[in-house]
Amino acid sequence: MAALASTQSRRVSAETLGIGIAIVAAYGVVPLAGSDYLLDAVLTPFLALALAAVGLNVLTGYAGQVSLGSAAFLAVGAYAAYNLHLRIPGLPLLVDLVLAGSIAAAVGIVFGLPSLRLRGFYLAVSTLAAQFFVQWALTKFGWFSNDNASGVIDAPPLSIAGVSFTNPVERYVFSLTVVVVLSLVTLRLLRSQSGRNFVAVRDHEIAAKVIGVPILRTKLLAFGISSFLIGVAGVLWAFAYLRTVEPAGFNLDRSFQILFIIIIGGLASLRGSFVGAAFIVVFPLLLSRVGAALLGSVFDSGVLEMSQRILIGVLIIAFLIAEPRGLIALWDRTWARTWAAVWPAKHPTIPT
Amino acid sequence: MVDYQFLIEVLIGGLLSGVMYSLVAIGFVLIYKTSGVLNFAQGAMLLFAALTFVSLVERGAPFAAALVATLVIMVGLGITIERTVLRPLVNQPPITLFMATLGLSYVIEAAAQLLWGTQVHGLDIGISDTPFELAGVLISRFDLFAAAVAGALVTVFALFFRYTRTGLSFRAVADDQFAALAVGLRLPRVWAAVWTVAGIVALVGGLLWGARLGVQFSLSLVVLKALPVLVLGGFDSIAGAIVGGLLIGAIEKLAEVYVGPFFGGGIEAWAAYVVALALLLIRPSGLYGQKPVERV
Repeated sequence: MAALASTQSRRVSAETLGIGIAIVAAYGVVPLAGSDYLLDAVLTPFLALALAAVGLNVLTGYAGQVSLGSAAFLAVGAYAAYNLHLRIPGLPLLVDLVLAGSIAAAVGIVFGLPSLRLRGFYLAVSTLAAQFFVQWALTKFGWFSNDNASGVIDAPPLSIAGVSFTNPVERYVFSLTVVVVLSLVTLRLLRSQSGRNFVAVRDHEIAAKVIGVPILRTKLLAFGISSFLIGVAGVLWAFAYLRTVEPAGFNLDRSFQILFIIIIGGLASLRGSFVGAAFIVVFPLLLSRVGAALLGSVFDSGVLEMSQRILIGVLIIAFLIAEPRGLIALWDRTWARTWAAVWPAKHPTIPT
Repeated sequence: MVDYQFLIEVLIGGLLSGVMYSLVAIGFVLIYKTSGVLNFAQGAMLLFAALTFVSLVERGAPFAAALVATLVIMVGLGITIERTVLRPLVNQPPITLFMATLGLSYVIEAAAQLLWGTQVHGLDIGISDTPFELAGVLISRFDLFAAAVAGALVTVFALFFRYTRTGLSFRAVADDQFAALAVGLRLPRVWAAVWTVAGIVALVGGLLWGARLGVQFSLSLVVLKALPVLVLGGFDSIAGAIVGGLLIGAIEKLAEVYVGPFFGGGIEAWAAYVVALALLLIRPSGLYGQKPVERV
């Protein structure tokens, strides 16, 4: 027992150490080393997408409910934050953020109701209803965009208690803080009874019901928390990254992108959400750089774009074949192997 | 007072356009039934088939030759997909396979446009789209032709499944993969055959949709029209795809005409999904879908 407890505590402290190092690196090193381009075009969208992926991972990876409507909740979050800011003067940013997330959560719970009856792909397709309905409502009713003729609205500047977050470094730090806090809370939640209920429902719904897991509450909680996180991610995406709010950015492709992130990164892994998001953000940038350098003089941009789409498609398939459990499983395996090579204590050599 | 003549006209228009949805949905059902994969790439295959055909015709190939050539290409595509995507992913969970077909749809869409260009092509398959009058109701000639093609396709499938050995093996695999494997059916071969058939369905659907909308990128988006049809009819029932298509087509048009004005129009995008959803709450496996038996 003692040995077991000690391994467990060592593992926990190793994890805490890992999270600590990641957070310190994210705060300390990056704002100093990063250029504005890196922060604006890579790191801030990475954070927003990673948070959205964490949200979807709670729902799909942990609770096993596939959703194809993530972008709808991003949009709900972004528009809710915009409207709250517009219509309630003097609303503090953090309250705005939480309220926007809560509105997204409420919408998520409504669209999560069918999950009580539907399974698998039937549910996945019905989440598309959220996607199309929300996008339609936001473009159709001018009230949401304050009757802006173009539908594209400028997001208000971010500021908390007189401290404003306007330049790329500040916006990055703001996003990072939100993402870190919410991810840690989510991690804690997943380790609680609710988190174990999610996994039980995912692995075998009927068995979970038999041992007394409240299915209704668990599923709706998963939808609520997931939509809350995605809603807040939507606020970050619109306010901190794009600084405009428009429905077109929250289309079906965005939903698929977030789904790609959690599949490529690793289902039921919060680290996987971050790794996947990093891959999805960095890869197209790299590809366009490399493509432009190698083929730019030969082909026009249309051909380049098509080749990129082909390559992304091929890579997704290749990843799924190589490691269906995602990049994070690949990383863990490599890490364990390297560790064993550096520190072969578990395989003592025979003394000669 | 309701204008009945107008109502009937809308209803018939809706039913006939629903047949077009069914044409796409059948391709999904074939693959889902035999391999449990929700093939999101069906729309991309539709685009690929239509674009290939049109480009061949525009380059001076006669109609029949272009048709045969496209058919051969679709068969090749089906076999390639089975080899490169499905076989390595055997035994993976359905969501993984679904993601793979999402990736596949990227590849096929982009490849089609890379090969044949991105401009919009007109496609004339020799059917005029002039409406004619039947008992005072205007009916589109083209829609009627599409319905006839869909009917013929379903009949051919019914006969094929009932009377051929390949059809029998399809049914066996759909019924129980392990049992089919145990009696010596070669699953990879059956899957390759199914994807080929789905490719042919995509060609038929692509030609009809292409003639209607013009052959262009947005053709691959008809997938999104076919999904509520599938949900409504059940993922694994061809009859469901037909009935679902008719229902969705009719409801969509009726809703747009009679309910739409209250919301300021444009509800076509989601009306079908909401209706399908409402029905699912009563029958969670669609109208004709198989109910899964669940045990602890």
